[in-house]
Amino acid sequence: MNSLEIRGLDFYYGGFHALKNVSLDIPARRVTAFIGPSGCGKSTLLRTLNRMFELYPGQRAEGRVMMGGEDILASKQDVSLLRARIGMVFQKPTPFPMSIYDNIAFGVRLFENLSRARMDERVEWALAKAALWPEVKDKLEQSGTSLSGGQQQRLCIARAIAVRPEVLLMDEPCSALDPISTAKIEELIAELKNDYTVVIVTHNMQQAARVSDYTAYMYLGELVEVGETQQVFMKPARRETEDYITGRFG
Amino acid sequence: MSAVVESNPVYRARRRRNTLMMGLAALALAFGLFWLIWILGVLLWEGAGALRPALFTQMTPPPGGDGGLANAIVGSILIAGAGTLIGTPVGILAGTYLAEYGRRGWLAPATRFINDVLLSAPSIVIGLFVYAVYVAHVKHFSGWAGALALSIIVVPVVVRTTDDMLKLVPNSLREAAAALGAPTWKIITLVSYRAARAGIVTGVLLAVARISGETAPLLFTALNNQFWSTDMARPMANLPAVIFQFAMSPYPDWQRLAWGGAALITLFVLALNITARALFRK
Repeated sequence: MNSLEIRGLDFYYGGFHALKNVSLDIPARRVTAFIGPSGCGKSTLLRTLNRMFELYPGQRAEGRVMMGGEDILASKQDVSLLRARIGMVFQKPTPFPMSIYDNIAFGVRLFENLSRARMDERVEWALAKAALWPEVKDKLEQSGTSLSGGQQQRLCIARAIAVRPEVLLMDEPCSALDPISTAKIEELIAELKNDYTVVIVTHNMQQAARVSDYTAYMYLGELVEVGETQQVFMKPARRETEDYITGRFG
Repeated sequence: MSAVVESNPVYRARRRRNTLMMGLAALALAFGLFWLIWILGVLLWEGAGALRPALFTQMTPPPGGDGGLANAIVGSILIAGAGTLIGTPVGILAGTYLAEYGRRGWLAPATRFINDVLLSAPSIVIGLFVYAVYVAHVKHFSGWAGALALSIIVVPVVVRTTDDMLKLVPNSLREAAAALGAPTWKIITLVSYRAARAGIVTGVLLAVARISGETAPLLFTALNNQFWSTDMARPMANLPAVIFQFAMSPYPDWQRLAWGGAALITLFVLALNITARALFRK
């Protein structure tokens, strides 16, 4: 079962051709990692999947990304609804300047009218899923910005989960965190794939090897190789992939 | 031998230049502070005598009579208040457009440029403008005309600070809100405004400070009034115009009241600035 099917995707930053004819399946309830050197297009590919690029003039995507039989790049696709189905966690933690509770409730309130009690349940559920509940349950009224970096990132994951998306996109979610927080997030990703399709962009190849089921190696806007993570790391089919993974290049 | 020694000529020359520049900077600071403290000192010294309860409870007196500035204080509050109420929403909305929507096209850069021109326009020009397009047509001075003139001074200040403060809100916050499925208007009202709130409020407070001492635009619009009036449709007393009139008069008690009014405005502006700083630091 595939969550997303990317077909013949091209991406342009103005005149710059950043993704070249990328076709790729994202299997449901699995973790797929995008790896590759800086500028290879892996973040661009991720930001195409929830149409985040549309916030900026001059960026455009061509091709198709199918989700449940619908092309999410089609102009009739409602962007707000799409983003509620495909959540995103960013490189740097982005807590909103409001309480921990309101941070979680923010996305929920955009689509659901919950009673206070139901909302309390949802907030607790999301924070528990993100393994943050025990640390914040007594200070839900404190500002989200008062938490440590690792906690802030788990808050952002909880905020994304609270909307109950099908897919979770993670753009280098650990690159601004210390090793202990990183380990916690990685554990969390392993948990999350029971319920969600996770797509993660990472610079850290050990991390890709640890957390992902499938790995896609990209270079200069092209998808070089994609397969089961073990196979890509142990027996890459392409010479370029092997060179990158073994550190001979990149 | 290492170059890192006390006697190194390059290092010594650099240190001499540093000392010289520090000295010049300190002198410039002292020069600025000297006048500022002198102005504040004279104002408080001369105004202290007039700062008593009667200043707030009694009307402006005829020459030689005893009185206060009650009608002018209330007039100033009404005119500046109305000016702020008119100018602030316009300014915040325009600033929001510039920072949040004006990324493409020529309209935002052009508006920003015109706003900067308006920001530095002499206030007497604004007074004359309101006189020409409003007062001259309705054929009488009024508190509303004064409020209108002051609101035209408020708008560019608020536009500028709103624009600047919203631009300081990191794009990552907007992206995070968009990634949850929030439409643009909700991103702005729920996230951007919240993140920039202290800065925007500071801008409004500074605009209030700016207009509370403006004299020229009021001389052409609200004019003045010797009597108690809260009717914004008629000429209205206000502190700057009363100070102007009383300070130029030959009567010592009028002059004393002018000093009192000047001290009052200065203390008010000082308090606003301190509030704005405290708010912004939070």
